Amino acid sequence: MAAADFSRLITAAADTIAAHAEELTALDQAIGDGDHGLNMKRGFEAVRAEADAFSAKPLPEALKAVGTKLVMTVGGASGPLFGTLFMALGKDLPAAPDRNGLAAALGKAIEAVAARGKSQVGQKTMLDVLQPVYEALTQGKTATEIVDAADKAAEATVPMKALRGRASFLAERSIGHMDAGARSTALLVRAVAEAIEDH
Amino acid sequence: MSNVGIVIVSHSPLVAEGTADMVRQMVGDEVPLAWCGGNGHGGLGTSVEAIMDAIDKAWSEAGVAILVDLGGAETNSEMAVEMIGEPRSHRIVVCNAPIVEGAVMAATESSGGASLKEVVATAHELSPA
Repeated sequence: MAAADFSRLITAAADTIAAHAEELTALDQAIGDGDHGLNMKRGFEAVRAEADAFSAKPLPEALKAVGTKLVMTVGGASGPLFGTLFMALGKDLPAAPDRNGLAAALGKAIEAVAARGKSQVGQKTMLDVLQPVYEALTQGKTATEIVDAADKAAEATVPMKALRGRASFLAERSIGHMDAGARSTALLVRAVAEAIEDH
Repeated sequence: MSNVGIVIVSHSPLVAEGTADMVRQMVGDEVPLAWCGGNGHGGLGTSVEAIMDAIDKAWSEAGVAILVDLGGAETNSEMAVEMIGEPRSHRIVVCNAPIVEGAVMAATESSGGASLKEVVATAHELSPA
């Protein structure tokens, strides 16, 4: 991937997180500790500030650098979880991935995030968006269909009962609210898919 | 100092510091001890960077046992251990134990020259199976 392309992905991701920071915070206030929007925004702005340096690296190294930056700047439990997602993608993606390469790396990254959060699909977390995106990728779906799957998956966390993270303390009361991490993940999927499509 | 180091990681700097005070008073200065708490931006939370610093501060060739409070502290501590990397990461354990009791018991065990494995086992005894 050319440096300019990766820089565009970073900008698209940081833009969407910034634009939705208040919404993410509101979602997190309902069932978490209400810092998700601000934390994610701080992390992605820190990544944006180094977009040029990161983009100059080969793709795997660039993704690892993004992940490390997120770990160090997002804070909360989201930092290690989103950081691990990008670091794991960097570990398994070839320098010039095709769809199969991307799907395989995402599959590994999902395992890494699940291990980091000691979580699995169905527990009202970002995994509930990542897994359907992975499946859509392996099924050869179009970018639009993948984005659609991500949005629907985030929406589908509303009736789920949280079993991980602070929302799990609320147990039954977590039902009826969308998971903030699932929403951020869907936003990132849309931003990246659209940035790649526009190219 | 070759006693096992103890690191206390709480979402609240007050809880972390208070726990460290209790350890110092009950166990003395025979144990390398460090604490961190707060998200690094003035709020409640935990920071991977602060945890890595605390591990450095409490580092001992005998290893380091980390005591945490809520889930995010555990996740961030595990991330910090991974980022510190090998070979040191093999000698750092995030304990499954209540933070205050765990820190005091682990430090007491450490002050007697126990191994990392023994220190961690003592802390784990405090958790219901």
